[in-house]
Amino acid sequence: MRVTMTVNGRPQEADDVWEGESLLYVLRERMGLPGSKNACEQGECGSCTVRLDGVPVCACLVAAGQAQGREVVTVEGLAGPDGRLSTVQQAFVDAGAVQCGFCTPGLLVAADELLERHPEPSDGDIREALSGNLCRCTGYEKILDAVRLAAARTGQAV
Amino acid sequence: MPRTAAGAPRTTVRPPRAAAVPGRAPTSLTQGAAGAGGGVGASTLRPDGVLKVTGEFAYSSDLWHEDMLWGHTLRSTVAHARILAVHTGEALATPGVHAVLTYDDLPTEVRTYGLEIRDTPVLAHGKVRHHGEPVALVAADHPETARRAAARIRVEYEELPVVTDEASALGPDAVLVHEDREDHHSGHVPHPNVVHRQPVVRGDADAAAARADVVVRGEYVFGMQDQAFLGPESGLAVPAEDGGVDLYVATQWLHSDLRQIAPVLGLPESRVRMTLSGVGGAFGGREDLSMQIHGCLLALRTGRPVKMVYNRFESFFGHVHRHPARLSYEHGATRDGRLTHVRCRIVLDGGAYASSSPAVVGNAASLSVGPYVVDDVDLEALALYTNNPPCGAMRGFGAVQACFAYEAQMDKVAAELGLDPVEFRQRNAMRQGSVMPTGQRVDAPAPVAELLRRVKAMPMPPEQQWRTTEGADVRALPGGLSNTTHGEGVVRGVGYAVGIKNVGFSEGFDDYSTARVRIEVINGEPVATVHTAMAEVGQGGVTVHAQIARSELGVTQVTIQPADTRVGSAGSTSASRQTYMTGGAVKNTCEAVRERVLDIGRRRFGTHHPAWATAELLLEDGRVVTDGGEALALVADVLGDESVDLELEFRHRPTQAFDLRTGQGDGHVQYSFAAHRAVVEVDTELGLVKVVELACAQDVGKALNPLSVAGQIQGGTTQGLGIAVMEEIVVDPRTAKVRNPSFTDYLIPTILDTPTIPVDVLELADSNAPYGLRGVGEAPTLSSTPAVLAAIRQATGLELNRTPVRPEHLTGT
Ligand code: FES
Ligand code: FES
Repeated sequence: MRVTMTVNGRPQEADDVWEGESLLYVLRERMGLPGSKNACEQGECGSCTVRLDGVPVCACLVAAGQAQGREVVTVEGLAGPDGRLSTVQQAFVDAGAVQCGFCTPGLLVAADELLERHPEPSDGDIREALSGNLCRCTGYEKILDAVRLAAARTGQAV
Repeated sequence: MPRTAAGAPRTTVRPPRAAAVPGRAPTSLTQGAAGAGGGVGASTLRPDGVLKVTGEFAYSSDLWHEDMLWGHTLRSTVAHARILAVHTGEALATPGVHAVLTYDDLPTEVRTYGLEIRDTPVLAHGKVRHHGEPVALVAADHPETARRAAARIRVEYEELPVVTDEASALGPDAVLVHEDREDHHSGHVPHPNVVHRQPVVRGDADAAAARADVVVRGEYVFGMQDQAFLGPESGLAVPAEDGGVDLYVATQWLHSDLRQIAPVLGLPESRVRMTLSGVGGAFGGREDLSMQIHGCLLALRTGRPVKMVYNRFESFFGHVHRHPARLSYEHGATRDGRLTHVRCRIVLDGGAYASSSPAVVGNAASLSVGPYVVDDVDLEALALYTNNPPCGAMRGFGAVQACFAYEAQMDKVAAELGLDPVEFRQRNAMRQGSVMPTGQRVDAPAPVAELLRRVKAMPMPPEQQWRTTEGADVRALPGGLSNTTHGEGVVRGVGYAVGIKNVGFSEGFDDYSTARVRIEVINGEPVATVHTAMAEVGQGGVTVHAQIARSELGVTQVTIQPADTRVGSAGSTSASRQTYMTGGAVKNTCEAVRERVLDIGRRRFGTHHPAWATAELLLEDGRVVTDGGEALALVADVLGDESVDLELEFRHRPTQAFDLRTGQGDGHVQYSFAAHRAVVEVDTELGLVKVVELACAQDVGKALNPLSVAGQIQGGTTQGLGIAVMEEIVVDPRTAKVRNPSFTDYLIPTILDTPTIPVDVLELADSNAPYGLRGVGEAPTLSSTPAVLAAIRQATGLELNRTPVRPEHLTGT
């Protein structure tokens, strides 16, 4: 089947998609957007988190056909059109929240959504919002730092 | 749904990406003046950080090549069986399938591999020895086609009795896991099902025991932990025109892989070219081969690039795990709180193949007393062959299991003596000059008592942190969002632990690392290029190499080339050794490059100023300066069109093998130490634990990058927390089958399970090490587990002699 959707603001289509393919597979293997990662393909790790019509979802659990005609935002869509890192991306780099970085794209999409919804989150809010995203390297402390830093910088900007 | 004949799609996967070869290859990382510079000691940011936050960094599972096929592994569904037949006809006939390979298709007589003992079959032959052992391979044009074709391969098994524990491995009628083993350990082991055994005997434990006022014994069980790195095993093998193969893969040691791969393929090492692709964590789980040989075999057979990516289920079978262990300890002490003797026996389950079990045994045995001075010891560690999943390297490597047990014992002895557990540890703590049970003198700072003092002095988290003005924030309570308590039945406990880990490869291993460094002038500015085969697995080696080059060569621009086998071996990214070893190699090579630059300068400008001949000269900020700070020339002027390019090896001081009977010998290069204080809250009714805080104090010798050091300590601490309260691969004791190979059933800590981890870093230089540094990555994984256990014991009053602690252990149900 053919699947069309808007990905990071641009119309995209994929042909010959098999019904069993996930949104994650179509993004990574057919649309050339491997930013979203595949660490469990079971909805358990959050590495594949993307926004589907604004809502964070595990792309590995969404059948490609379910995304038909909808808006998808992946980590590749977070930076500005000029390639400038978004506040949350820059904060992850600055705070040392990236080690192997495999969890990073999913965490960034989740954190970005949190900050949009909740510009001044408490630590409890951050932990709750990111509890679906596993990271094996960092011990999460620097990830918390990064989200706090992004919130503070966003606050200063307005 | 409409299907092809095979039921799976047969479309060619064709993403609209650049079709370079491979589509997404590892890139050089350049970091220059744009605010991201900094030499040794600065918290320089990662050069790959921006690529990683934009999604552009190419992990091994992201590689892509035009015309590539997808490989898949068929794995054994039983743990121990004779293979009567493998029927591949139906799989081969599946449309879209390009190859199906079994043992019979292997190209040469070399059909096994291994890190130390070559006992692991590339594909099972005659027998399978563990659940998940690879039996056959498929290459197809879509991953789902490959999976489905593999499912059509019919294997006839005749099941055999399984060896699963010490009783079944060493009993009188024990089935032999390897019936005709011949390796360098088989001559000295007490039983063919023992991979390796290492006793350590020093002093007279019997006589010392007679002097003890208290003697405390304990039996401990340590569960099987998984590395659970997030980036699954994956890689891309591309057949080359010369009949060789190019392999892009996530690994910990390119040259060790190469040494094992080439003979199986029947190729000289020069025709297997390996390049590191993006690695999503490792923690020891990528020391052994996974898809490397399989991918190459399929590529060479089909003549097409083949990509293999394990899913999480397969990943649990695709790498070795941390050895589960049974540990029996006896500690004696006098009334005044001095240890008299230690006896212990550590039985590690090595599973079906040797992997790095022998080295894990050496570590467990030699570090089994912990960072304490005990003159009279009788210790032994051994690893068994069983039909359980193979076990090998994981962060902490044999020292973790021992630390869990000896620290529990230290608390027990302290309690028996009525002493404060920290005070008791401090009285027995080793220091610089102390002698290890192996007879080795600790010749660098060993601030064990100081680390305990520091971690104890850190401010305590406030009581009942979960209390808010509106009541309770359930997220901070045991049970969390499940809303199981609002504070009723919740009690707090505090526990301490400290551990000792060796750094680098031990026991006489010729451990070396290679670096190639070039300096040249580009756009009027001196630029350094560093090329090593070091596997960057997330630890930050690439950052540190650039920092070293900046410090030694006085440049701002440093390019780190992708790691590959065109340069000499860097050794493994494990054993906390990479900053020491490859960092040391980069440092030494930079020093040699600097001397060459100065020689050129003397040749060109030596007559202009007497300091060229007389003073100590350095490179700083792109200039040649005297040790007094006087600038003599610009490096750019010195070099002109010339460049200096050197490749050198670096070795740490030699070590010795442990004596096979007594365990004596200067076996280790360096030791590292960390201490933890855990604060936990336990819901005693439901048996739920919330770790409130896990503070760590560690000596790192010299923090080359303080930001990375803190990240390593926090990450290692969290893996230790995982062992304490949730992580365990459960193997059915009757069938030896793995019960929980998924992230649904194998739990690793989430951000809600992980507490604040304050870190206190001590920098006492080791005069033998580059910059005085001490390997950082592993030590924090040792002591965090026993600290959490001690805290839970204090909260509940229970004995708790196994990891992980589960609710039923706390509620007695
Ligand atoms: S890959 Fe989708 S949640 Fe893990
Ligand atoms: S940085 Fe490696 S998994 Fe998070």
